[in-house]
Amino acid sequence: MIEHLPVLLVVLPIVGGSIPLVASLVSERAGWPVATLTLIGQASLAGLLAWTVSTSGTVSYAVGGFAAPYGIELVVDGLSGAVALFVAVVSLGVLAYARQAGPHSSAFYGLYLLLVAGLTGMTVTGDVFNLYVFLEITGLAAYGLVASGRDASAAVAALKYLIIGTVGASLYLLGVGYLLAATGTLNMADLATKLGEMAAYDSTLVLTAFGLMVGGLTVKVALFPLHTWQPDAYANAPDTVSAFISALVSTVSAYALARLLFSVFTVEFLTAVPVARWALVGLACVSIIAGSALAVSQDSVQRMLAYSSVSQFGLVVAGFAIATPLAVVGATVHLLGHAVMKGGLFAATGVIERKTGATTVNGYAGMGSRVPLSAFCFAVLSLAMVGVPPAVGFVGKWYIVLGAVSAGNWPVVAVLLASTLLTLAYFARLVERLYFAEATIHSEEGLSEEAPVTDGSGQAVSFGMIAVVVIAAALAVALTAAVPAFEQVLRETLPQLLTQ
Amino acid sequence: MLELLNSHYNYYAVMLLLGIGLYMLIESQNLVKKVIGMNIFQTGIFLFFITLAFRAGGNPPIIVDGGGPYVSPLPHVLILTAIVVGVSLTAVALALIIRIYTEYGTLDEDKLKQLYYD
Repeated sequence: MIEHLPVLLVVLPIVGGSIPLVASLVSERAGWPVATLTLIGQASLAGLLAWTVSTSGTVSYAVGGFAAPYGIELVVDGLSGAVALFVAVVSLGVLAYARQAGPHSSAFYGLYLLLVAGLTGMTVTGDVFNLYVFLEITGLAAYGLVASGRDASAAVAALKYLIIGTVGASLYLLGVGYLLAATGTLNMADLATKLGEMAAYDSTLVLTAFGLMVGGLTVKVALFPLHTWQPDAYANAPDTVSAFISALVSTVSAYALARLLFSVFTVEFLTAVPVARWALVGLACVSIIAGSALAVSQDSVQRMLAYSSVSQFGLVVAGFAIATPLAVVGATVHLLGHAVMKGGLFAATGVIERKTGATTVNGYAGMGSRVPLSAFCFAVLSLAMVGVPPAVGFVGKWYIVLGAVSAGNWPVVAVLLASTLLTLAYFARLVERLYFAEATIHSEEGLSEEAPVTDGSGQAVSFGMIAVVVIAAALAVALTAAVPAFEQVLRETLPQLLTQ
Repeated sequence: MLELLNSHYNYYAVMLLLGIGLYMLIESQNLVKKVIGMNIFQTGIFLFFITLAFRAGGNPPIIVDGGGPYVSPLPHVLILTAIVVGVSLTAVALALIIRIYTEYGTLDEDKLKQLYYD
């Protein structure tokens, strides 16, 4: 049992995800309890696995008993163990929000668990083709979840997401083909060894593979020119789904990108082919600036948050591409911290919209006194995202900047510092409206003017929804205390990653 | 030149399919045709993998009839999986298109854009 933990992490949510569909024959409300039980199990398994990894080192598992370079291998080290646990805990937390915010159909919870399975699979896999399969499982579940809004605009957003996402994943698959042609293997560790032995980092095959695979994944991460699916998907999906996918889908894709950089191509590749590193750093910097500029010009709060993700993921990818230990620690901290903060912000917009009908930046004026708790949490999360010191957003950015300084990458340092100001530009505007502006929406008339949420699950706000927002805000500050311990875990994992 | 064309025609077909698929995906105004373009694009990738597996004079990779170099079975297996993924994607895409059509009454991208932003 215990040695099968890595594969159980993927199997459990898939099995759990098929139960609500069967149970819906009996009761349409069976979805939530089944999902909760499954994810409690998932979180305990992930916790147990993370514990095993931290005490006795990397766990690897040969699926179906086929030995590593030929069969599919699942590998859990400090980094993937932490991400798998994070995925399980966050998805369990979002369920508390979904209880009231809906959608309530059993199919929704089936897709929800399928998405957890896909994300966990992407986290633990040690095989590049297997990563493609989990990438598509994640994608399919996410398209379905975005479309689960009752409004037809959700279907349009989902189709756009599907078409762009599929092209991204297909480019990744094409890259896997080039890599297979170059080395004859698909196992990540084996690929790293073979690529090192061949000493042909700058061969056309390997370069093409790198370009296609990284390009494909950046579509899923939503870096600047490839981000166009994201604002529509986040803004049109039901609030539960916005909170869930903004917290996890791009995050795990960025983690997969890091895996690809460090476990497949390795840092030697980045050193041997400076143009690859510069292309990635350049893309990240453009994404930081353009994402912020687009966020400042948005009127809808949810679209602003979506463009803010484009900019923040630019920061994370820049940290990974710089690839000094400090920068990688910073990028990982910011990756997970951003997930908590962005998920919390989307959850807060849902609560505020249900209570007051406000969805736009101007509509948020004066809400500080109308919905004090949610507005306060929103402000805390916003300031954490900007990087005000005690919050986790500060630590991540600080480490990334220190990493860039130690790598002597001055243009990047300038962009990173400017990005903090730009983040402040769009969040300060909103916080100012919340607390220091005359209300533009007054109690009852506002509800009729602004279109109410359209997933048809009522306007009531439950205790669970508020709790999720408050916990996210508290975590955004409290996680800072966990950073030293997390850094310790990473420092044990990173030397293998960075000096393979 | 002719020699290269003769020995690499599979790869030219791959590039042609990828190009046609991507062009249709971007340029066609009709949502269903976009999905067809997506399928053609993926077919190009499938053909690329199958071509990778080829080996001159290779036998089918079944060991019973003995001997000889075999073609690589691995890409075939990968593509079986990728085809299943492709079919599921097409199914989801078509389901979304049906929903869009019942709601907006059009499959034309430009008209849909006008309705969508109103």
